[in-house]
Amino acid sequence: MTLPIDELGQAILAALPEDVISVHLDAGELVVLARMPAVVDVLTFLRDDSNCMFKQLMDICGVDFPDREHRFELVYNLLSMKHNQRVRVKLAVDEGDAAPTATGVFSTAGWFEREVFDMYGIPFDGHPDLRRILTDYNFEGHPLRKDFPLTGHYEVRYDDQTKRIVYEPVKLVQEFRNFDAVSPWEGMVQSPAKGPEAKG
Amino acid sequence: MGVTLTKDSPPDALAAAVAGEVADKGFLLTSLDAAVNWARTGSMWPMTFGLACCAVEMIHAGVSRYDLDRFGVVFRPSPRQSDLMIVAGTLTNKMAPALRKVYDQMAEPRYVLSMGSCANGGGYYHYSYSVVRGCDRIVPVDVYVPGCPPTAEALIYGILQLQKRIRRTGTFLR
Repeated sequence: MTLPIDELGQAILAALPEDVISVHLDAGELVVLARMPAVVDVLTFLRDDSNCMFKQLMDICGVDFPDREHRFELVYNLLSMKHNQRVRVKLAVDEGDAAPTATGVFSTAGWFEREVFDMYGIPFDGHPDLRRILTDYNFEGHPLRKDFPLTGHYEVRYDDQTKRIVYEPVKLVQEFRNFDAVSPWEGMVQSPAKGPEAKG
Repeated sequence: MGVTLTKDSPPDALAAAVAGEVADKGFLLTSLDAAVNWARTGSMWPMTFGLACCAVEMIHAGVSRYDLDRFGVVFRPSPRQSDLMIVAGTLTNKMAPALRKVYDQMAEPRYVLSMGSCANGGGYYHYSYSVVRGCDRIVPVDVYVPGCPPTAEALIYGILQLQKRIRRTGTFLR
């Protein structure tokens, strides 16, 4: 039998009082805040419990909050095909700390964790093959961190003398400009003299 | 009476004139330059180098509706069989060495057509940390086709411009 989403949240909290900090609904979607070392236990429970059956790990995301005490947040998005439900497991990770790998629970976590490692520099303890996955070979830095410069550090060019692609520090002809795309008419109140029929 | 070739005569008019001449006399006379350029423009085989959404538009140009085959443009899977490289899409830093390697493998004479904003100058990703700001930083480009993505018509127009350019170029120095 499929539990309603709010009851499911309470069931998860009741089953794992040690490992789960809190459970809440955000816009009708279940969010579970997990404790650092126990996230693997939480994921295993969510996968195997008959009320949960979240057999699929859709994605692992990273988020950078420079102002928070724990700088990074990991978000595991799970899907239960059995109950047609989704859950989001969040985990706070501090800069320099390693998160436990989820590859033992979901084999697909391997590449997701490589992506998070590539983009945020969060290492995963026990990951079988923790390399960069998206960025260039010998890339420096982690691009989705808030303190990473938009244009990066290096650009490439073909060098006709050496007959090969060379890396050079970025030289921009024109700096990046951020245009304000908000219309000056945005949020203007319609004058009360005109009734609703004047709109069309 | 010989066939008079001008630099801008369309390929099919040329072919009709040649066929008429051969049927009439059994041989034909032309300048070697014109013959070579006719051969080059009539069978520009592009290296398939689709990198992003522009590739879809390139496929539109290739299949039945616009049918690039009628210009003698037949997509090849190997750089060694190609005369033209259509860089269709965003060129990333990681892809740049591969693009250059493929270009180096193409036999002379070779031409490059840069298709879309991203290949022309980085486009939407100009300020990105991972995108080459124009594929002309990696390979020499003959024709730039603007658009995001350019329509199939625009790509065909670019190819025709390249044909025109080849026709105007003398192969042999006099």
